[in-house]
Amino acid sequence: MKTVAVVGGSLAGLSAARALRKQGFDGAVTIVSDESRPPYDRPPLSKSFLAGATTEAEIALLVDGEDLGADWRTGVTATRLDPRGRRVELSDGSALAVDGLVIATGARPRRPWPRMPAGVHVLRTLDDALGLRARLFAGARLVVVGAGFIGAEVASTAHGLGVDVTVIEAAPTPLSGPLGIDIGAVVSALHADHGVRLLSGVGVASLVGEAQIEGVELTDGRTIAADAVLLGVGVQPNVEWLTGSGLPLTGGVQCDSYGATGIPNVVAVGDCATWYDRELGAHHRIEHWTAARERGAIAVSSLLSGGTERVEGRPPYFWSDQYGRTLQVAGHTRGAESATVEEGSVQDRDFLAVYRRGGEPVAVVALGHGRSFMRWRKQLARRAVSVPPSALSR
Amino acid sequence: MIRVCPLADLARGEAKRLDLDPAVAIFHTEDGEVLAIDDTCTHQDASLADGWLEGCEVECPLHSSKFDLRTGQVDAPPAKRPVRTHQVTITDGDIYLTIASEQPNAPAGVDVEAGP
Repeated sequence: MKTVAVVGGSLAGLSAARALRKQGFDGAVTIVSDESRPPYDRPPLSKSFLAGATTEAEIALLVDGEDLGADWRTGVTATRLDPRGRRVELSDGSALAVDGLVIATGARPRRPWPRMPAGVHVLRTLDDALGLRARLFAGARLVVVGAGFIGAEVASTAHGLGVDVTVIEAAPTPLSGPLGIDIGAVVSALHADHGVRLLSGVGVASLVGEAQIEGVELTDGRTIAADAVLLGVGVQPNVEWLTGSGLPLTGGVQCDSYGATGIPNVVAVGDCATWYDRELGAHHRIEHWTAARERGAIAVSSLLSGGTERVEGRPPYFWSDQYGRTLQVAGHTRGAESATVEEGSVQDRDFLAVYRRGGEPVAVVALGHGRSFMRWRKQLARRAVSVPPSALSR
Repeated sequence: MIRVCPLADLARGEAKRLDLDPAVAIFHTEDGEVLAIDDTCTHQDASLADGWLEGCEVECPLHSSKFDLRTGQVDAPPAKRPVRTHQVTITDGDIYLTIASEQPNAPAGVDVEAGP
């Protein structure tokens, strides 16, 4: 293998490029990024960067003086992959001939309404954050559509800036998908604790306003006035460019448990990729930062070894910072049959809950209790490693 | 030099946070080494004593940057600056700590004084 292209220049792609060098690949590396900026860290975009407390330099992902010996192709997108995985066509009309390929094209925010008046925002890129930040001044009215993690963090940050925030959530209980109903209710109660309105179990029927957003009309007939709207209603993987490559793309680029795709010498990682999860017995696309950072090295091991080297990953982990609290989640809450508070109390918004299936711990969720959380997280990792392969269907 | 605790009170694989200003984390690795670094991650306010200890590296419990307990160096962002390492001595079964003299790299929003 002499030339490897990494398509995607954010955390997953950068981590893969770093792993290529760390694992001894000394051939040519080309990194294709649709952004013109150097890679930056996205979690602060809904938190300290959105609040104006963190600078662009502080969230840069490249370290001063770091040289990956890579050819950066910025401001272009990949438009096609041939079925042999040897030729990547780019939006500037050029093409890359490669021996190996890392697909890390990420995901983009869903935009349920094709027409978006000024003042309607999504949040994915640094420019998105700058655009939204310009709307967040004391007394402005912000409607956040979707009480997931992005929506909740933006609501928290905007509230801290003196913005009048209303959060709209279609599901009866916010965060019930990732956290279950009971703990989802507790964590989303942080909004009310801090005086932020949360309207759940009601959808948004339409955006009101022609050139400039004026409000949102809800499915129950109410209209909420707004100077700005943030849509935090999920993302979709950027995989359309792979149509015609022959790769299965249902739910993302389908991979085995180590990032390998159906084409030899092509791996995928990050938000665009759906890896087979043996514990769930299904492909599962993880949109969290930690997977993007950690799985690059696993996918690169697969790539450089031709699939013979199989590095086991750790159970999924993510965090969310809201209203001065840090939520931590490790493992798979989906499929859990129970969630038991084992430390602290949900009334105090200071607790550790263990999720179990068949009596076995499968996930841990905590507000505070960092030391115990880490013990549980390590225990989940030991358990994941100890599941014998013969017990797993693949 | 600060007397920390008997070595017997810090099992292998465990860490202890010392509430100094700034706080210090002392680790007893699985290989039996006792090493000390600044407890606060240089990226954000997180206690490295609560981190994931493996070999002689500790991973920040929040955002996964790994610090080498011997050198204080960090592997990759989001943390970009090293933590200080502090000298540990074991005398008569007790752990003693000598705080490094250089300035610590505190994260934004965390004020710390230099060690004694």
